[in-house]
Amino acid sequence: MRFVDEFRDADKAHALAAKIAALCEPGREYKLMEVCGGHTHTIYKHGLEDYLPEQITLVHGPGCPVCVIPMGRVDDAMALASHPDVIMTSFGDMMRVPGSNGSFFDAKARGTDIRMVYSPLDSLKIARQNPDKQVVFMAIGFETTAPSTAMTVLRAAGEGLTNFSIFCNHVTIIPAIKAILDSPDLRLDGFIGPGHVSAVIGCRPYDFIARDYGKPVVVAGFEPLDILQSIYMLMLQLSRGESTVENQYTRVVPWDGNAVALRAIGQTMELRPYFEWRGLGFISHSALKVRDEYSGFDAETVFSVPGVRVADPKACQCGEVLKGVLKPWECKVFGTACTPETPIGTCMVSPEGACAAYYNYGRLTRQRVKEASRS
Amino acid sequence: MCLGIPGEVIDFLPDQPDLARVDVSGVRRVINVGLLAEEEVVPGDWVLIHVGFALSKIDEAEAAAALEFLAGIGQAYEDELAALAESRIE
Repeated sequence: MRFVDEFRDADKAHALAAKIAALCEPGREYKLMEVCGGHTHTIYKHGLEDYLPEQITLVHGPGCPVCVIPMGRVDDAMALASHPDVIMTSFGDMMRVPGSNGSFFDAKARGTDIRMVYSPLDSLKIARQNPDKQVVFMAIGFETTAPSTAMTVLRAAGEGLTNFSIFCNHVTIIPAIKAILDSPDLRLDGFIGPGHVSAVIGCRPYDFIARDYGKPVVVAGFEPLDILQSIYMLMLQLSRGESTVENQYTRVVPWDGNAVALRAIGQTMELRPYFEWRGLGFISHSALKVRDEYSGFDAETVFSVPGVRVADPKACQCGEVLKGVLKPWECKVFGTACTPETPIGTCMVSPEGACAAYYNYGRLTRQRVKEASRS
Repeated sequence: MCLGIPGEVIDFLPDQPDLARVDVSGVRRVINVGLLAEEEVVPGDWVLIHVGFALSKIDEAEAAAALEFLAGIGQAYEDELAALAESRIE
């Protein structure tokens, strides 16, 4: 096999794969969802599906924050950025995400002041250096990046800055998982839980998946063996008819998460009544907004934001990909009209998007995997 | 943005103890360690960094494994390192 040489522990991987295969009941199909885009990346990069019995299908979930940003929010951000006093700041991942009138990169090329930053603290510094400008940070991400935004708002408040605000698009993973569990399109058997999100929220928030939906969850690390080990743990539970939450990634994830991070989020942000996710539609209590006490740091309060809602391009099937209903290559425009260089849909933009990961690594085995997923 | 990258704590800024200088694959930059306020962090410790903030303390073996994993990722890690190299947190 092509991938055998590509990682050092291929022997261990084969041993785990054999243990996984031994747990498969004849004639039973297993669908396991990896929630996190980082896991999707590892799975394609190392061809992990090739190690698994054909009865097991890995379904790629919605855990790529760039991928779930709806086009309307990009357009809103663009409206903020076009304000003459505003310097918009953004993570690099966000720069190529298309809105109705192009991406941040396109707007920057047209002369809009949009700057790429590594950290929200870099945005804060730009605000200190430009007291006559309003600096807006395009805040995106799950619970992995929300604490950083929260800590930055607290710092800005501590310094008494009046020209820094965030355009808050932080989303929370649990409601998205619940929406997928409640979706009639898809029957899943278990979840590979996200690693770094869980370093913040801990493992307890997944309890309802095991308790109320009867499906096992294993929080997993990002290396190929971590993922195979987690699949083995899921299969062991399924073979015993159990459903509990387990933590494979104890090296990084404490069972209770990071209390300081959770406090910082809770102090500065609260849940929105609802938020639109690309492909998943409106999900209640699934995103964060800035609390009223910190409204001076909320771009949606400081400026008027159009609040537009834009339908995704017709050709784009990111929604189905994000729900795991379609594999990337089953999308009509995958690899033809939609590529990482000229993305139509968000799943092709971020390296953690299922389409980009598959485009970059998976194409050679497409036919084989396609057959396996249909068998 | 989502990549957690390991860095070794070099020292702390004397006037701002929640800021630390770290070494990430030879790049030395300042990050915020405020999220680890309930743990003891000392020079020589390894931390997992997300967008300028240390999110978890890790051991050296985990740091080495994570670096190897990231090196295998290629472009996305190079982009993250390039972004970090541009960072000037203070």
